[in-house]
Amino acid sequence: MSACKEDDPRIDGIQSRIRVVPNFPKPGIMFQDITTLLLDPKAFKDTIDLFVERYKGKNITAVAGIEARGFIFGPPIALAIGAKFVPLRKPKKLPGKVFREEYDLEYGSDCLEMHVGAVESGERALVVDDLIATGGTLCAAMNLLERAGAEVVECACVIEIPDLKGSDRLKGKPLFVLVESQ
Amino acid sequence: MAAQIVDSTDDRISRISSSIRVIPDFPKPGIMFQDITTLLLDPKAFKDTIDLFVERYKDQNINVVAGIEARGFIFGPPIALAIGAKFVPMRKPKKLPGEVISEEYSLEYGTDKMEMHVGAVKAGERALVVDDLIATGGTLSAAIRLLERVGVDVVECACVIELPELKGRDRLGDKPLFVLVS
Repeated sequence: MSACKEDDPRIDGIQSRIRVVPNFPKPGIMFQDITTLLLDPKAFKDTIDLFVERYKGKNITAVAGIEARGFIFGPPIALAIGAKFVPLRKPKKLPGKVFREEYDLEYGSDCLEMHVGAVESGERALVVDDLIATGGTLCAAMNLLERAGAEVVECACVIEIPDLKGSDRLKGKPLFVLVESQ
Repeated sequence: MAAQIVDSTDDRISRISSSIRVIPDFPKPGIMFQDITTLLLDPKAFKDTIDLFVERYKDQNINVVAGIEARGFIFGPPIALAIGAKFVPMRKPKKLPGEVISEEYSLEYGTDKMEMHVGAVKAGERALVVDDLIATGGTLSAAIRLLERVGVDVVECACVIELPELKGRDRLGDKPLFVLVS
């Protein structure tokens, strides 16, 4: 179940700046490229503003961003709402003690890590990424935060691919997106 | 309207510096790793970090902020948003979809490559290059070369931390370097 911000006049500008690149990273995939959005300062600012308007005043204490494109959208949101930013990373990138969460890919598996001590029990967290597809990575991210005792309030993405039903994999937590794409 | 009191630069730098965690022997024995994730957990220190860069660059007609994957993605976008510049991610190979130009650079053992999208920047644009830390300067100088190959004027490199003993500054040619913590 997801909420999508279709009615806001800024959405058209944001959606039109997203570039679709066919057959990347492999044949048959229509890749949603947000780098062209980042080249338009107004559209990038509007993107961040739409998330900030939703989350400020909701006592969010932590914004977790998924490496690497979640690192682009998460920090500006965190800064604007006065929350900490917590990077969730591929294995062996974070120094020191980490929590490690494995998750399934189409073929094989991957891992996401979070620093021990990054969030405290009872904190209210958002998870941010550029896009939700199957929801596997976001689910792993939620698990990491919950293992540390945080409450995941919502997942926030710029783009959703609704046909892949990623919102069903978020353990009942809500999803908020700006743009839905085939 | 109440006047906003901003802490002195020295006070802000002091808080930023003390929020950075040093992890010995990461990623390998002998290296004292400068971990900025603890800075990101302190909303005031993170905001001060961004503010110090924004104060320096906001009136300098910077059109482009190029950020180096992955920690440059955390600091670059908030700076870009605040000064009204586009954000351009400089990435490891095969991450950017579509047409790219690439630049090889030396590592301690072997080489690596950095890529930038064709069309992300235009000749004559004024750019900053942002990363969390400058060590040997290899990565930053690769980013400078990529931007200069398409006719961009690299105005300055901006990092949170410098490791001066590694003399990275000398590898930047005539490009100035601005850091908060040395």
